[in-house]
Amino acid sequence: MALDQSFVGRTYPPTPAYEVGREKIREFADAIGDANPVYRDPAAAKALGHPDVVAPPTFPIVISMPAADQVVYDPALGLDWARVVHGDQRFTHERPMRPGDRVVAVVTVDSIKSFAGNDMITLVTAMSTMEGELITTARALLVARAEAGSEEQA
Amino acid sequence: MTDVTDTQAGAAAAAGRFAVGAVLPAGGFPITRKDLVRYAGASGDFNDIHWNGRFAVEVGLPDVIAHGMYTMAVAGRVLTDWVGDPAAVEEYFVRFSKPVLVPDDGVGALLEVTGKVTKALDAGRVQVDLTVLSAGQKVLGKATAVVRLP
Repeated sequence: MALDQSFVGRTYPPTPAYEVGREKIREFADAIGDANPVYRDPAAAKALGHPDVVAPPTFPIVISMPAADQVVYDPALGLDWARVVHGDQRFTHERPMRPGDRVVAVVTVDSIKSFAGNDMITLVTAMSTMEGELITTARALLVARAEAGSEEQA
Repeated sequence: MTDVTDTQAGAAAAAGRFAVGAVLPAGGFPITRKDLVRYAGASGDFNDIHWNGRFAVEVGLPDVIAHGMYTMAVAGRVLTDWVGDPAAVEEYFVRFSKPVLVPDDGVGALLEVTGKVTKALDAGRVQVDLTVLSAGQKVLGKATAVVRLP
């Protein structure tokens, strides 16, 4: 089922602020197996010119993925969320996230396409501090795969 | 690593660690079910296909697959280890082209990551292209980063 093109350009309301935590950054770095001290030790981070420890480059997914749920589960859009897979992902960083950042995410529907029965929707999520400083922009392609039997599967 | 790659790496080191053509130190990363469970907890992505074999098979997958975002994060370690400061990675893109199957066999999967500087950009930045393989298959497509040089 082709999605409603009128959703292109639609911006969803800002998410409640997510406060980046020192231990959350450490937990995420541990989970990706990265022992870099810049994620854990303020002195190591300061040696590289940062005011405090920094988060790994893909950490913002912790914020952008739940923010995208607003779109994925929007009944008015009607995306077949049970069939959604992650097609691609881009992060454009103004700076790394740091402990104490209170981050608000704003999701915009960038494009909607349909190909071989697959619905493809690109979401752009701007993540900024509550003070309005843009930190990171995430761009994600989500694909709702065609129903088995409706079209040839890729 | 083949002799050809070693030769390229040697030439690149002579020309400069960050020059176009420079080869990044490669990485080999084992992935087990336990790693996926830990990443699920850290990231908040508890989709069953990343830990529940019964569910994965029910929805038509051969086995549990790694989170695409986990694969992206692990591959990114080759970038950040190379450049030193993770904040130097200004842009990072991947396409999730093939799933990384992680069997519950006591071994799991192996992610093999290589990278190369492919383009000089403005403002002291370069483009790096990554090649990310698991079980001989390219699992990430067009994996590219823009890195600010130190």
